[in-house]
Amino acid sequence: MAYKNYILVCAGTACESSKGIALYKELEKELKAQGAETEAQLVKTGCFGFCEQGPIVKILPDETFYVKVGPQHAKQIVAEHIIKGRQVEELLYDKEQKGKSANEIGFYQKQKRIVLRNCGVINPEFIDEYIARDGYAALEKVMFEMTGDEVIEELCNAGLRGRGGAGFPTSLKWKFTKNIKADQKYIVCNADEGDPGAYMDRSTCEGDPHSVLEAMTIAGKTVGASQGYIYIRAEYPLAIERLNNAIDQSREYGLLGDNILGSDFSFDIELRLGAGAFVCGEETALIASIEGKRGMPIPRPPFPAVKGLWGKPTVINNVETWANIPMIILKGSSWFNRIGTESSKGTKVFALTGKINNSGLIEVPMGTTLREIIYDIGGGIANGKKFKAAQTGGPSGGVITEEFLDIPIDYESLQGIGSMMGSGGMIVMDEDDCMIDITKFYLEFTVDESCGKCAPCRIGGRTNYNILDKISKGQGTLEDLDQLKVLAQAMRKASLCGLGQTAPNPIMSTLNYFEDEYLAHINDKKCPAGKCKDLLSYTIIEDQCIGCTACARVCPVNCISGKVKEVHLIDQDQCIKCGQCFDKCNFDAILKG
Amino acid sequence: MTTTVEKKKILTPEIDAFIEKWREKPGNLIMVLHRVQEEFGYIPREAAFEVSSALDIPVAKIYGVITFYHFFKLTKPGKTQIAVCMGTACYLKGGQDLVDECERSLGVGLNTVTEDGEFSVEAVRCIGCCGLAPVVTVNGEVFGSVTTKQMSKIIDQFKGK
Ligand SMILES: Cc1cc2nc3c(=O)[nH]c(=O)nc-3n(C[C@H](O)[C@H](O)[C@H](O)COP(=O)(O)O)c2cc1C
Ligand code: SF4
Ligand code: SF4
Ligand code: SF4
Ligand code: FES
Ligand code: FES
Repeated sequence: MAYKNYILVCAGTACESSKGIALYKELEKELKAQGAETEAQLVKTGCFGFCEQGPIVKILPDETFYVKVGPQHAKQIVAEHIIKGRQVEELLYDKEQKGKSANEIGFYQKQKRIVLRNCGVINPEFIDEYIARDGYAALEKVMFEMTGDEVIEELCNAGLRGRGGAGFPTSLKWKFTKNIKADQKYIVCNADEGDPGAYMDRSTCEGDPHSVLEAMTIAGKTVGASQGYIYIRAEYPLAIERLNNAIDQSREYGLLGDNILGSDFSFDIELRLGAGAFVCGEETALIASIEGKRGMPIPRPPFPAVKGLWGKPTVINNVETWANIPMIILKGSSWFNRIGTESSKGTKVFALTGKINNSGLIEVPMGTTLREIIYDIGGGIANGKKFKAAQTGGPSGGVITEEFLDIPIDYESLQGIGSMMGSGGMIVMDEDDCMIDITKFYLEFTVDESCGKCAPCRIGGRTNYNILDKISKGQGTLEDLDQLKVLAQAMRKASLCGLGQTAPNPIMSTLNYFEDEYLAHINDKKCPAGKCKDLLSYTIIEDQCIGCTACARVCPVNCISGKVKEVHLIDQDQCIKCGQCFDKCNFDAILKG
Repeated sequence: MTTTVEKKKILTPEIDAFIEKWREKPGNLIMVLHRVQEEFGYIPREAAFEVSSALDIPVAKIYGVITFYHFFKLTKPGKTQIAVCMGTACYLKGGQDLVDECERSLGVGLNTVTEDGEFSVEAVRCIGCCGLAPVVTVNGEVFGSVTTKQMSKIIDQFKGK
């Protein structure tokens, strides 16, 4: 180590947007100004996962972890920490953390980082940093020490399953493709990340782009393909930039392109941008999209492994699946398959969001319980509210309730309780969240995103959405509940692709666990969570109101009238039910119900 | 057609060069459309026609693709583009209220441009800053933990810019 200290500054999307860049520049300036350039090296890294508390700065070797660091703190960090070796206490995540390292923070203690091994550790813009952490050693091993069958055997023994949602064994896909004779085969990375509340794949591509490139090249060598594509959302400009940069550097190093590592094996990778269609995450639609067409799914079989891109055998895997592979090759299947549960090996990355204290990106061994995730890692529910449910699997998934907080999470256990692993979105909901409202949100999404090719999905989804809308307005009937179930069954059975088949899952799951909430909307015309605006009104209690005018001043539509020190009144016709007056009143004089 | 006046070309030399680079690659249409939208903020009609002849792809097919993908726009967005995140995390934390607030202060609904061409508002899916929910971007600049009050302030801040 040439430097005494390393200052790692997060350059993930969330931190960058909260002034991470300015902070970096300021640190650079201060190091110079205070003559400490030789004392510490500044490094831009990928996401640390602790985005809620960003911008994040970590200092090595003592592993001090600073949160919510602004450009204005740069001076102090350099003067105190770098020059005098004293922690800047006010920037520590909590005061008890004093003198401790980042790994001892609750947020990290129960995590195990395989996929995210390099995120927040290396500068993703420099291939040398990846190589210094054993990067491309797995490719070398596959190129010169292993046969294709051995690679597949290793993945099989590792028990690696697809992280894109379905959990299909990766080794099987590769085997299909390998065993077919064809003049051309393709490798595809699915970085479309459609779940509207998840960003695992984005962070991996931003924080460790080479891990994906290396793994795809390994697959190319194993199955005999010479071209790879990464299909990525156009909405991820930073990830696109980092991947393109990584591809250029790999080509320069002879790790991509002709005659890789001096062998006769040639392989190259190109990016293709998605264009905002969720259905293009489905593999056959994704293939159509790479081909430049409308992204409509086609029936399987044939599976892409046999007949995929331009009709050629194609291995498609998810970003997270790819990122696991170099580690499995290097450390061996017996290392990997010791982690996790009987049926699900390794770790899973989740984007933990919603009403939780430590919102962020986490990676845990399969078999971790939801309770550990929410309370030990996530730091519990925000604002002292009560936990209601966690949602996994996004628009294809379901809710997990209190009673299941202690089941070890894996593909099968989640399916068993009517949810699913999904790609890694995990949304925590509290008592203020209405299950009808959230279900409606997901249905609106799937209706919006249905490609319209088949009737069960196109019509069934729309009809179900309309029913939910009716219920949320207090106009639902008990027959509507039966209708929801009948349609859900039909969609599951008759839809062509996974989008339509799984679109009813949020309905079935919430109906199962929160039927009373549906009934309250239907029978009592009440929304117990106070979320459905049509069933909600705010009124001022005459006896309580002291006429402080606070509510009237905060009301965005000026519909509260009243003189100072006199009872105020809400004009119900004008009220948009934003609830701001309710939050503002210090005298409990506003009734919500 | 009777006019003989040469129509002004809309695609810039840079886009032409991009098309040249991608010409031989199968499935290039979507990448070319991305490049066009990057330049103009949307896909102007004339541009679609020029892409059609440059790539020898029927206009109907080009429009088929443009209309399928939400990302491609057929109308010019406002000078200031507001995008409210309606991903799950932001929705739970009040994304809808922000959309409502935008509509109220600008007097236009989603995906419409204000009469003076200054503002347009769209709802987008997760932009990957869920920890900062609810999130709004204005011309790409991210604002986190936005309240309805701040929303109107942010709009004011960009007015007349
Ligand atoms: C509607 C729909 C959306 C999907 N979206 C994604 C996605 O965003 N990312 C992803 O990796 N897989 C997605 N999938 C799953 C893919 O079809 C495919 O199974 C996956 O990319 C295979 O990779 P894996 O085996 O590594 O998981 C989606 C499937 C469906 C039906
Ligand atoms: S199920 Fe829905 S998204 Fe899938 S092919 Fe049918 S209409 Fe399209
Ligand atoms: S804030 Fe409460 S006490 Fe004050 S005027 Fe409004 S209702 Fe009355
Ligand atoms: S709920 Fe909102 S709109 Fe209605 S009175 Fe209160 S502040 Fe005004
Ligand atoms: S983006 Fe910085 S910690 Fe996630
Ligand atoms: S849901 Fe809005 S940033 Fe993720």
